[in-house]
Amino acid sequence: MEILTKPRVVVGLGSCGIAAGAAKTYDRLSAIKAAGIIDFELSKTSCVGMCYKEPLVEIHDERGWVMYGDMTEDRIQEILNRHIVQKETIEEFAVSTKSLNGSEDAFFEGQVRIALRNCGHIDPESLEQAEKHEAYQAIRSILTTKKSSADVIQTVLDSGLRGRGGGGFPTGLKWRFAAQSEGDEKYIICNADEGDPGAFMDRSLLEGDPHAVLEGMMIGGYSIGASTGVIYCRAEYPLAIKRLNIAIAQAKAKGYLGENVFGQSDFSFDIYVKEGAGAFVCGEETALIASIEGQRGMPRKRPPFPALSGLWQKPTNINNVETWANIPWIINHGAAAYAAYGTEKSKGTKVFALTGKILHGGLVEVPMGITINEIIFKLGGGIQNGKKFKAVQLGGPSGGCIPAELGNTPVDYDSVNATGAIMGSGGMVVMDESTCMIDLAKFFLHFTQDESCGKCTFCRIGTKRMLEILERITEGKGEPDDIQKLETLAYQIKNNSLCGLGQTAPNPVLTTLKYFRHEYEAHIFDKKCPAKVCKPLLHYSIDAEKCTGCTVCAKKCPVDAINGDRKQTHIINQAICIQCGECYTVCKFEAVMVD
Amino acid sequence: MRINRIAVGENISLDQSLDMLPLEPVFKKYKNKHGSLIPLLQAAQTHFGYLPGQVFQMIADETGIPVADIYGVATFYAQFRLKPVGKNIIKVCHGTACHVQNANSITEAMRNELHLKDGETTPDGLFTLESVACLGCCSLAPVMMIGDNTYGKLNGKSAVKIVREIKMNASVGKQ
Repeated sequence: MEILTKPRVVVGLGSCGIAAGAAKTYDRLSAIKAAGIIDFELSKTSCVGMCYKEPLVEIHDERGWVMYGDMTEDRIQEILNRHIVQKETIEEFAVSTKSLNGSEDAFFEGQVRIALRNCGHIDPESLEQAEKHEAYQAIRSILTTKKSSADVIQTVLDSGLRGRGGGGFPTGLKWRFAAQSEGDEKYIICNADEGDPGAFMDRSLLEGDPHAVLEGMMIGGYSIGASTGVIYCRAEYPLAIKRLNIAIAQAKAKGYLGENVFGQSDFSFDIYVKEGAGAFVCGEETALIASIEGQRGMPRKRPPFPALSGLWQKPTNINNVETWANIPWIINHGAAAYAAYGTEKSKGTKVFALTGKILHGGLVEVPMGITINEIIFKLGGGIQNGKKFKAVQLGGPSGGCIPAELGNTPVDYDSVNATGAIMGSGGMVVMDESTCMIDLAKFFLHFTQDESCGKCTFCRIGTKRMLEILERITEGKGEPDDIQKLETLAYQIKNNSLCGLGQTAPNPVLTTLKYFRHEYEAHIFDKKCPAKVCKPLLHYSIDAEKCTGCTVCAKKCPVDAINGDRKQTHIINQAICIQCGECYTVCKFEAVMVD
Repeated sequence: MRINRIAVGENISLDQSLDMLPLEPVFKKYKNKHGSLIPLLQAAQTHFGYLPGQVFQMIADETGIPVADIYGVATFYAQFRLKPVGKNIIKVCHGTACHVQNANSITEAMRNELHLKDGETTPDGLFTLESVACLGCCSLAPVMMIGDNTYGKLNGKSAVKIVREIKMNASVGKQ
């Protein structure tokens, strides 16, 4: 524990924090510090995962450590005065504290932070701080003790780590294949093309602890005999790219990257960042490689697998950001320490991005095997506005919806697959009763249809046909055999597509059909949307008892479908009504009914 | 299919008055390096805001890659644009989290306010409206990005307010 000479104020400056106003808070703090009235040390860190309370500011002093949430620029001066000068803890805004009473927020309780170990705790632009938290210790010890690459691979195998990008393939095995491939030149690739809408753990990791990812790649490079690493990062993540480049420059300056790393070893390794150009399919290994080579990002047939013939036809090993970030910890703490967490077949921890209708949205890292309900209700605080939990969408466009009834499903690769969803990269979009499952399935189909590269006919045309059927259903034009048609198309697409995008594209439709078939039937046969989302299926009317005749709805109606005199009950002309819902929104007396 | 993103009948613009000189250093940097096509296109777009027709010819001359292949790559990736864009690009996020938090109402409000469809630019060249897949700020959904600024926890009204402020600042700037 370092000794504080003066209070230290730390601002969380991840992308989401900045969007919530953290940069303005930081600027205000700089101004207060410059004014010199309150003496403190100012530093920055990245996202700790508690996104729902951003901007977050930590204050460390001799009394301990307190994290304050909702620290907007107009509030920070008062907090500083009261906390640092008057030595008071402002409970109203304190979200987590390690001060004398030792309490911890429920959000952090139950988390085991391995991949996220440094996120939100160190300044991601400071190599010195990263090194105080184990950065480059693992690769240094491997090189100084001359641990063989086979031993390193064995450690990764023993840890039970499986690919965190979604595939779930054992990482050590993948490395062994690449290590056994013959070749004078080999490549390591970090897949940071996090295209799955609703997942942002890779962005957060790159922004929060870039050195951990670099070190993981170095260890991978040493193990398979590669000397070049490429990080393929989405261009939509400018802050992640900036911090990666800073980290690479720092590591090079210290001799941790480059020729003969650490000055003495015969291991040379270099890393550069390649910006993606926006294509979801590039998350697929062979498409990603094509994109790095400067071509259209279209997947190719496997085998040969990248381990044999990847980038520039050389043996290549690809893992995703979260996988790489776990590696140094496993080397430092041992395979057994990692394998102590999790279930028999899914070891260790997994980061989940909690979003949607959840009260405490953010990033959490939990041991594999904890149930969906525990994540949503214990860590996430339950559903917003006291509504009912309906379903959770896992695995993005390739995944599926798990209904509330299966909330006790443990999150490990096999249990999640058994429900029809997939673990994916760990996006968890929580839905309440106001989400229409057909609308959601349509949303994902729209996405995959748009992102299909067009190579395989079934994926290119089949997803389009499925989307058309879903559009028809949500417009009230569903036909009795639509469900049958959707199922037929879904299996045809799954069976006849080359890559993961096509093979999994029908999953959102198949899982909603499996668990929410009654909603499809309500849309098709009763022409009703139970969640009241699909506008063409809604019917608006005015409750004569509640209507005060205030005329607001009549004035707001864009098509003049509402008639009635002042202080008289109003009536909606159904022949003209376009179901825009404006009257429902503006009525202050809850007199407009929708069904 | 991704090629659908380009409207029928849209030609790549061949503006002859463009100054290509600022791109020379980038071409020098990537000279004879394999896999340089995407970084070259990205550099050109960063400079011009879009990919003018001349860029295709210039890259073809420098690298020997056929124009057809360059066009194939440029139209494959969502990032590349073949038409000039507005000064402010409004990217309304339509990721899953934003979708369930009613991102459609944000796009709707923007369309009404600016009289634009997705991908179009206002006649004064101030705004271009785009829908994007995911900006990775899911916990602040619904989100939009204008320039480098991200705005979260929006509704139709607050989104319109932000755009009006930018408009007002721009007209003040002109005077």
